[in-house]
Amino acid sequence: MAGTFKFELVSPERVLMSVDADQVVVPGADGDFAVLAGHAPFITTLRPGVLDVTSGGSKRRVLVKSGFAEVDPTRLTILAQSAFDVDELTPSVIASELKTAEADLASAKDDAARSAADALISELRRLGPKAA
Amino acid sequence: MASLKDMRNRIASVKATRKITKAMQMVAAAKLRRAQEAAQAARPYAERMDGVLANLASKVADKNSAPVLLVGNGRDQVHLLIVMTAERGLCGGFNSNIAKLARIEANKLVAAGKTVKIMTVGRKGADNLRRDLGKNIVERKDFQGIKQLNFSHAEGIANTVLGMFEAGDFDVATLYFSEFKSVIAQKPTALQLIPAKIPESKGDAVKGAAAVHEYEPSEEQVLGDLLTRNISTQVFRGLLENAASEQGARMSAMDNATRNAGDMINKLTIKYNRLRQANITKELIEIISGAEAL
Repeated sequence: MAGTFKFELVSPERVLMSVDADQVVVPGADGDFAVLAGHAPFITTLRPGVLDVTSGGSKRRVLVKSGFAEVDPTRLTILAQSAFDVDELTPSVIASELKTAEADLASAKDDAARSAADALISELRRLGPKAA
Repeated sequence: MASLKDMRNRIASVKATRKITKAMQMVAAAKLRRAQEAAQAARPYAERMDGVLANLASKVADKNSAPVLLVGNGRDQVHLLIVMTAERGLCGGFNSNIAKLARIEANKLVAAGKTVKIMTVGRKGADNLRRDLGKNIVERKDFQGIKQLNFSHAEGIANTVLGMFEAGDFDVATLYFSEFKSVIAQKPTALQLIPAKIPESKGDAVKGAAAVHEYEPSEEQVLGDLLTRNISTQVFRGLLENAASEQGARMSAMDNATRNAGDMINKLTIKYNRLRQANITKELIEIISGAEAL
């Protein structure tokens, strides 16, 4: 189904993004999924990863660290604990995020926390050279 | 009786005080605007969270298998009061109002034979409660020197609370903070944190039919994840409301102080002028009567 839908990226501090998007690829807890207009209602938790937002020909990539997504046929709302625009990620930011993620990994108590920290680290490593 | 010089000094000092309170009022007004904006910006997240939570909570039919954060651990013996106050004073009754509400509740719980534990956030609350409830304070967090509150501060508090809950240190947690009604009205509020108070979902009949959501990985896991997140969101909301209330309270307190100082200056000036005239008259009489005596 063609058309756009309302995409909102909300952090606890403020609304980060509110656009009409054509397609958004979301890193869900059980795997990535793409949302188009008319997607079935769906709620999932997120793993650390990159959101791919396509709206009107322009593309934006946003790194999210945990949160959850609420999908409606006409709307996608992502409540993210924290989010960074990939284009604005500087090597120093990545380095400091890597450090905290590694500290999290070292102090992680259960498997869920460990795998979340691990996923974040690999995601940051992947982004590292490109942003540099 | 005060001499003219004493009175001049007095007037000068009150004027200086007025300048300071006026400046503090304006600083508070500027900070208030920022705090209000922050509180407003944080609202969408909390609202969405509430919406999804209410939706999910209504689906949990079996209360026995529901997460403990939602229904509690079935006991009601140990209460944790999280008292959030400001770092600084000079803001009217702001700090003491919150502390008073918490103190009344604490005394009521103690009288009912419950155990009360207190966690203070902000230096002023700890100072206020230390005198009579000092032995009940188990944890204190201060935000001295932090200019802009962000979510990680709330997360820090929430993680401490969750850690204590998992360790079985308390059964019921309540948050005390000041709700920002308007610049002149702040309302000390108690909010139950654990077990979570889920707002009744509005217009459920309409929305429920349209939105039958799928859940991934599973309803229980999403709900469990959300409930932990909800704690930090509520704490964050409390922090922001508190920050706005504090500035509002300080602004009106300083406004009052400025006005009082103005009144005082007027009174003192009148007194000063009277005294000056009386002195002149007295001196004239002395000269005239001296001249007449010759």
